Amino acid sequence: MPEPNVSAPPEGLTLIHSKAAAFYDHYERKSELQNQTHYCPGCGHGVAHKLLARAIDELGVQDRTVLVSPVGCSVFAYYYFDVGNVQAAHGRAPAVATGIKRARPEAIVISYQGDGDLAAIGTAEILHAANRGEAITVIFINNAIYGMTGGQLAPTTPVGCWSTTSPYGRNIWNEGYPLHVVETLASLEAPVYLERVALGNSKQVMQAAKAIRRGVENQVKGLGFSLIEVLSPCPTIWKETPVEAQRRVREELAQLYPLGVVRDKTKDAPRRPAPSFPPPLTALPELLDIEESETLAPPVPASHDHADWRIKVAGFGGQGVLMLGEVLAEAGLAAGLEVSWLPSYGPEMRSGTSNCHVRLSARPVDSPLVTQPNVLVALNEPSLRKFLPEVAPGGYVLYNGPEPPADCRRPDVRLLAREFVALADRLGDARVGNIVTLGALLEAAGVVEEQFVDRALARLVKQARLLDLDRKALAAGREAVHQEAPHDIP
Amino acid sequence: MARQLIKGNEAILKSAVLAGCRAFYGYPITPASEITEAAAKYLPRVGGVFLQAESETAAINMIYGAASAGVRVMTASSGPGISLMQEGLSYLAGAELPCVVADIMRGGPGLGNIAPEQSDYFQVVKGGGHGSYRTIVLAPDSAQEMADLTALAFELADKYRNPVFVLADGTIGQMMEPVEFMARPVAPPRFPWAVEGNAATRNNLVSSIYLEPDALEAHVNKLEEKYRRCEREEVRCEQYRTEDAELVLVGYGIVARLLKSVVEELRSEGWPIGLLRPITLYPFPTAAVRRLAGQASLFAVVELSTGQMVDDVRLAVEGRCPVEFHGRTGGNIPSTDEIIRFLKNVWGRRRAAPRVDELEVLHA
Repeated sequence: MPEPNVSAPPEGLTLIHSKAAAFYDHYERKSELQNQTHYCPGCGHGVAHKLLARAIDELGVQDRTVLVSPVGCSVFAYYYFDVGNVQAAHGRAPAVATGIKRARPEAIVISYQGDGDLAAIGTAEILHAANRGEAITVIFINNAIYGMTGGQLAPTTPVGCWSTTSPYGRNIWNEGYPLHVVETLASLEAPVYLERVALGNSKQVMQAAKAIRRGVENQVKGLGFSLIEVLSPCPTIWKETPVEAQRRVREELAQLYPLGVVRDKTKDAPRRPAPSFPPPLTALPELLDIEESETLAPPVPASHDHADWRIKVAGFGGQGVLMLGEVLAEAGLAAGLEVSWLPSYGPEMRSGTSNCHVRLSARPVDSPLVTQPNVLVALNEPSLRKFLPEVAPGGYVLYNGPEPPADCRRPDVRLLAREFVALADRLGDARVGNIVTLGALLEAAGVVEEQFVDRALARLVKQARLLDLDRKALAAGREAVHQEAPHDIP
Repeated sequence: MARQLIKGNEAILKSAVLAGCRAFYGYPITPASEITEAAAKYLPRVGGVFLQAESETAAINMIYGAASAGVRVMTASSGPGISLMQEGLSYLAGAELPCVVADIMRGGPGLGNIAPEQSDYFQVVKGGGHGSYRTIVLAPDSAQEMADLTALAFELADKYRNPVFVLADGTIGQMMEPVEFMARPVAPPRFPWAVEGNAATRNNLVSSIYLEPDALEAHVNKLEEKYRRCEREEVRCEQYRTEDAELVLVGYGIVARLLKSVVEELRSEGWPIGLLRPITLYPFPTAAVRRLAGQASLFAVVELSTGQMVDDVRLAVEGRCPVEFHGRTGGNIPSTDEIIRFLKNVWGRRRAAPRVDELEVLHA
């Protein structure tokens, strides 16, 4: 760790000014000129850096501070600040700062950004970090130009101003108006502190020092989002002397961008709740709803030795198609079979048709896709039409309807048509039509023993009343198989 | 622990938490949203962080921040979202930050659709971001592997300080199968290089910028050395009935499941056929493919794309034998019958023609 750079003054002398301790003594991360910064003479970054370093010193948070440096002239802020340093992609510093602060709430996380970084490419990131009230401090250097890349238009460049990409001056019909950042953020509920300051003269610098310190202090106090916008000179790109550039900050930028506190909720801002203490590792499985106890799978009953059920369930969204499949898969698993369940997903689930593929097998399931089902459960006519041709010869088809349409029949499959949903309606809830159908399937084809289906239902249906209804539905479905109907299983 | 029926997507998140993941930043997208939803449910319970970001761009940069601070962190998305994350992935690789990204692939290009495809292979395995970097890519073919490979992904991410992908198609993400989770949860590790906001880590810097040409080249070479080591140590694949295979099928994810059925069926007809299933797509099982290319007379690659992984197979085969390709897109998954028809067609053709090495003898 570097030595503190505040050495004791010679005897008899009083130290009244020194380099901030939050700066490195030598800038060893620079390849050359390690005693000076890379900033141009008269640049506002040097001053803003000093004010920030001083604030870190005064608040005693050097060890806790993590500085996120942006892309732009201040990309190398980590050359200078003797704090934890993270360099971010262009505009993304508020997102990076969010990740750090959420991970280490005790850290003092400072996002240092320029106008291109924050107000152009990173607009979404700053707006949402502010809107979430991230407990970070943002130092926003607004010099109304892209400095690092050689003087291109910034979102904050004044109307009429020259830049290399607005060679005829900023034109409102082409580039629109300059973006006012603190005023924009002030439309949000969450930010705690928003202030615009300038580096146009010593008085303004003194005010900027206070504001920057305030911005960091807010975070030390555990308050939410603070942003200090700093109107800053860029003599090199503006093609002015440092003195002229400062004058421009005072007389032009500060007119366009009014100075002052735009938001101060430091007195009444709600505190972000402290993060909860992590539970012991041993509690994790339970917290994740993972069953820990090894419930021995029962031996596969003899009748399942050659089980290879390839089931397709299809119907309208809302008919409980996916649920029916899930009960079968759960029951199969309980019976010691290998199982898979694959839904059609997405908008189909919300309207129109829905289907799922279920496999119950004595052997490991190779493909979870069912392209040639030996059981088709069709809860509506479109599903029957669509999937009947796929059914393997000798397969079972359960159709929800009085009888299949005349043009939708096959002599080589075992088709059972009943009004399952209507039966469910008579039980008091049409929504258990799927379970009535399941009961009929179990009765007609076997597939898996009732005890396992019951266990599956008990797992999946949490409400006692519904579970009771489902059990009645299963029984009703079994019964329905034995009622006479014009199209019974041959 | 008991085997429980669970969706592949949910298995990823639960396994991640058991593997020490304590932060998740994501943005919803079908067919990956269950991972994000499970993260929203479970991470607060274990003292972790869940945040739905304003975009995938923001999410991957939050990951960058959390990883910088030394937390095991992950996100999940699908094609269009992964495209947006490529910027951040390049920075993560450049700054040597570990993280896990689950890509549950859907149909593209553009908005495409939400049905399963394998067309993110190029952007994930070859790297969609700028610069000379790689991401390690694991390709599960079952809900169980969604869990197992996610846990492995965190280990590899830390070992190599690099982003690791779990790359699965929508089918693997959406289907439920029995899963048994790891018995002992992993304690979140600490990393000496992280920036934690304390005295011990004050001198640490996370950055991907190297201004001097020689410094950047040295950094890139260091990354490259890691990738070479990864290629030596981390290759994983499954070989199914390849011992005497003259026809070698190659497929990953859901396709590999179909190809297993195909191998079974054609073996019962006496075909000398086997399957090579890459489990790591980067590093690719090049040596295994090359070995099989010495004994086989034909390779057949099946993908849910117009042919992406097939390039890596061809590079590994190095012309030793022909490589045929069958692909479907749009969310269509070929039936085993369709694949068998394709194989009968290409096998018939190849058997009729002399082998490449025979040709070489003729020409000698």
